[in-house]
Amino acid sequence: MKDSLVLDKVEKRYGDFIALEPTDLTIKAGEFITLLGPSGSGKTTILMSIAGFVSPSGGRLLLDGRDVTALSPERRNFGVVFQGYALFPHLSVYDNVAFPLRARGITGDAARPKILAALAMAKLQAFAHRYPRQLSGGQQQRVALARSLVFAPELLLLDEPLSALDKALRKEFQTEFRSIHREVGSTFIYVTHDQEEALTMSDRIVILDHGRILQIAPPAELYEKPATEFVAGFLGKSNFLRGKISATGGGQVEIEVPGFVTSADANGIAAQAGQAAVAALRPEKIRLTPPAVATTAAPCRVGGHVGDITYLGSSIEVEIRLAGGETLLATVPAGQRGFTAGEAIVASWAPDAAILVRGDEASS
Amino acid sequence: MSTAAATSTGGSERLYWLMLLAPCVFLAVFYLVPVLNVLVLSFTVPKPGLANYAELASNGAVQRVLWTTLRIGAITTVLALGIGYVVAYALLQCGPRERQILLGIVVASFWISALIRAFAWVALLQSKGLVNSILISTGMIDTPLSLVRNELGVIIGMTHYMLPYAILPLYTSLRGIDDRLVPAARALGATPGQAFRWVFLPLSLPGLIGAGVIVMIFSLGFYITPAILGGGRTIMVAEFISVQISETLRWGLAAMLATVLLAAVLLLVMWLSRFMDVEQALRK
Repeated sequence: MKDSLVLDKVEKRYGDFIALEPTDLTIKAGEFITLLGPSGSGKTTILMSIAGFVSPSGGRLLLDGRDVTALSPERRNFGVVFQGYALFPHLSVYDNVAFPLRARGITGDAARPKILAALAMAKLQAFAHRYPRQLSGGQQQRVALARSLVFAPELLLLDEPLSALDKALRKEFQTEFRSIHREVGSTFIYVTHDQEEALTMSDRIVILDHGRILQIAPPAELYEKPATEFVAGFLGKSNFLRGKISATGGGQVEIEVPGFVTSADANGIAAQAGQAAVAALRPEKIRLTPPAVATTAAPCRVGGHVGDITYLGSSIEVEIRLAGGETLLATVPAGQRGFTAGEAIVASWAPDAAILVRGDEASS
Repeated sequence: MSTAAATSTGGSERLYWLMLLAPCVFLAVFYLVPVLNVLVLSFTVPKPGLANYAELASNGAVQRVLWTTLRIGAITTVLALGIGYVVAYALLQCGPRERQILLGIVVASFWISALIRAFAWVALLQSKGLVNSILISTGMIDTPLSLVRNELGVIIGMTHYMLPYAILPLYTSLRGIDDRLVPAARALGATPGQAFRWVFLPLSLPGLIGAGVIVMIFSLGFYITPAILGGGRTIMVAEFISVQISETLRWGLAAMLATVLLAAVLLLVMWLSRFMDVEQALRK
């Protein structure tokens, strides 16, 4: 895949406030890339810089090698789906979708087939003559999508498009966005604070916090090998084992956590013995066994007592209280065995289950 | 329990109607009765019949006055809307501090009476006034322009007086337009001019119509400003009515014109209420 859009040290400052630190990002043509982060992380600043509504304080924006940093929004030829859709209330669905073509001088019979195709793609044929206020939230979302794709832009920018919809509709749209992305083949840049949306739809996810990119990776890699403590905590749940590195070697480290010792995947971090370290351990990687049958052979194990038990339907979340007052969270499939609060239990995990991550203090 | 509750509701409801009664009586005595009186006068003085209304078709002076009133009202409305729209748009775009100052200036003009403003305009616009002396001293003109004691003076004074009445409702209406729509239009390929013409202007139409009707209604009944700035040559209907009552003593004719004026205003208000609903619907 060729590069479509390159951010070259793009930054944005408002006086002393840094909305976006100098950021490099290369987006491939045809890719579905998601900018994920909490509010104030800089994800919307990046999107609005790409759209042309925020002019960067520094850096360049290159589209197919051409500098577009100074280009006004209407000359970039990108589709944008705004948060809250921003449909034109005085225009019918048909005329809303016709708007980008009208702005490009395509009207009447020349525009008609394109508009009908966009309406069909968004399953809106029956609503063409309605007005936005007569539509449900989901239908308005479809109009916004059809309107931003009708002129076949190379790049579609989506700013938290699903935030106003209920959970069931969000699910439905996640599938639909993917299939529309496959169908039109444009590059999709999607901004969200919802990790589930990011994980289900993206080819790659860019994780941001405090105006900085923390990690760029495909969803599975991001989940399995989070680079920092923030990434591990933001994307899914994670236990954090804090201690001191006692040994290194073979892509593994050994961490002395107060009360026990664990192995961890070194995760490409050059760590040295004696250094303070944090390892992330996903709750579903922990096995729970009664002390009587626990094999002492498992290299990473710690004893404790069952605390709160949360039933989640397909799985059970068990809190394990350790001797030192710390807690571990474990997720086990439901229906295998029951747990009772206060019961003695042994938690164990594979040597590569815990992942060494950079602490948030170290990276800031 | 439920009986007690019902009784107390009944009691407070009676009090509620009693409290409403006082203003209703006040309005009936001091507003409705005089208006009805005027209506009756227009059909009975000097003798019963439709003779007063027949003057609408036959009396050239009456027709001229009504036409002048309508023409000046329309011109004033167009000017106040045009200038008011620009100011309201500026209010919307400027920073919060500038907005406070600008709004202060707009509201402050309510505090100065129409009389003082009319005389101030006479002072500014007369042949030896500030405007003419500046134009002459800079050599732009040789003889003073007649800016006052004519229709132009009336229009200048009235437009100035009506501006806040145009600006404030326009500003409220423009502020109700979703501020993401113009950026959305730009992102979809519209130039700033197209985004304004195709999105912002159509959405401000209900506000423009609303403000226009308000200005028009006020303009039709203007008395002090045209009386002073018109200098007796440009006569609008309110001044004409005043002359019929206090000088020529043709009360029937005056009452007929007052009734026509009131009817015109009521029709405009009914028309306005239709557009106010449109505005509500669009704002959703």
